[in-house]
Amino acid sequence: MSYTLESKQLEAIEDLLQHDLIDMGVTCVILIDMAGNIIANLDSGERKHDIYSLAALAAGNFGAVSAMAKIIGEEEFSLLFHKGKKENIHFSRVAEDFLMVSIFGNDVSLGFLRLKVAETIKAIRSILEEITGQ
Amino acid sequence: MAFINPKTKEVQIKIVYYGPGRGGKTTNLEYIYSKFNHRIKSEMVSLKTHGDRTLFFDFLPFDIGKVMGHTLKVQLYTVPGQVKYNATRRVVLRGVDGIVFVADSMKVVREKNLLSLKNLHENLKDYNRSIFRVPLVLQYNKMDLAEQGIPLLSYERLEKDLNTQLKVPSFPASALRGTNVAKTLKKIISMTLPSLQRNLKKEVVN
Ligand SMILES: Nc1nc2c(ncn2[C@@H]2O[C@H](COP(=O)(O)OP(=O)(O)OP(=O)(O)O)[C@@H](O)[C@H]2O)c(=O)[nH]1
Ligand SMILES: [Mg+2]
Repeated sequence: MSYTLESKQLEAIEDLLQHDLIDMGVTCVILIDMAGNIIANLDSGERKHDIYSLAALAAGNFGAVSAMAKIIGEEEFSLLFHKGKKENIHFSRVAEDFLMVSIFGNDVSLGFLRLKVAETIKAIRSILEEITGQ
Repeated sequence: MAFINPKTKEVQIKIVYYGPGRGGKTTNLEYIYSKFNHRIKSEMVSLKTHGDRTLFFDFLPFDIGKVMGHTLKVQLYTVPGQVKYNATRRVVLRGVDGIVFVADSMKVVREKNLLSLKNLHENLKDYNRSIFRVPLVLQYNKMDLAEQGIPLLSYERLEKDLNTQLKVPSFPASALRGTNVAKTLKKIISMTLPSLQRNLKKEVVN
């Protein structure tokens, strides 16, 4: 089994991530699927992260947290966020099968980030609905 | 499920090494990492206990060449083999494109191979996938132990135990020495390629 997106869908997604998140001060955004594949990734050019490892760990982490939610009778946890000294990381589900990982510094507030992420996800959802599978 | 990116001309596939605890899954990845490190740009990620048992997974990404004009990015994972880690094992299996089942050839762990294969079957079912349809290769590991006089299951015995119904490619191997490690990997990659063809062709036409 495999799936693909059209170039123009990917371009639209990347434009969104650039305008709504990177241009707003977010350091790095990665859109991945639940298998850990990278769909899109953008960064502000300040720092280069090992995005393949990040994607694998984020997908695993999200899967583990979802499984924990089920065990305690929750559908899912709505806020997945880790705070560091300088960098923070935020996870958000996009539709059924995708996950958005945002890395941002302390100059961006969590409230603002969540708002921006929610807007972006809404827009990405409508782009992804045209997904072409096999 | 493999992802084909027409913009970057990349294909990402996920291969998972499965099998009983201490069977040699992590050793397979360590061998690949040391042997092909000129092609591997990042570090191997290992989430493990103090005793070097896999706790969540090992992860090793690398580029393996081109298919129909696309760079093939293979992501190798191992699962924790210990029975108690089934919840995390299931998480790692999500979206898998191909599986290497690493069986332990030692006679004393015969039963563990059978249980682990049964567990794979069940975990795949949870994702509505069938063990008979997922690309799968069996690896009978630790064959080198014969030299030390340790009682091993014969190739024929292992085939009967594990491969009677599956009828998939199988290799005797020694992950520690690297015997048939690359061969196993090549085989599983080649078995996942047909599932990419249709989406790749469509794209080449466009
Ligand atoms: N002699 C011999 N020993 C091996 C071989 N492969 C693995 N081992 C040893 O077996 C032990 C367990 O190997 P691992 O690769 O950690 O096993 P694993 O399947 O990852 O185990 P879990 O992470 O618990 O699921 C280690 O001490 C290895 O050195 C082999 O081909 N021959
Ligand atoms: Mg291991």
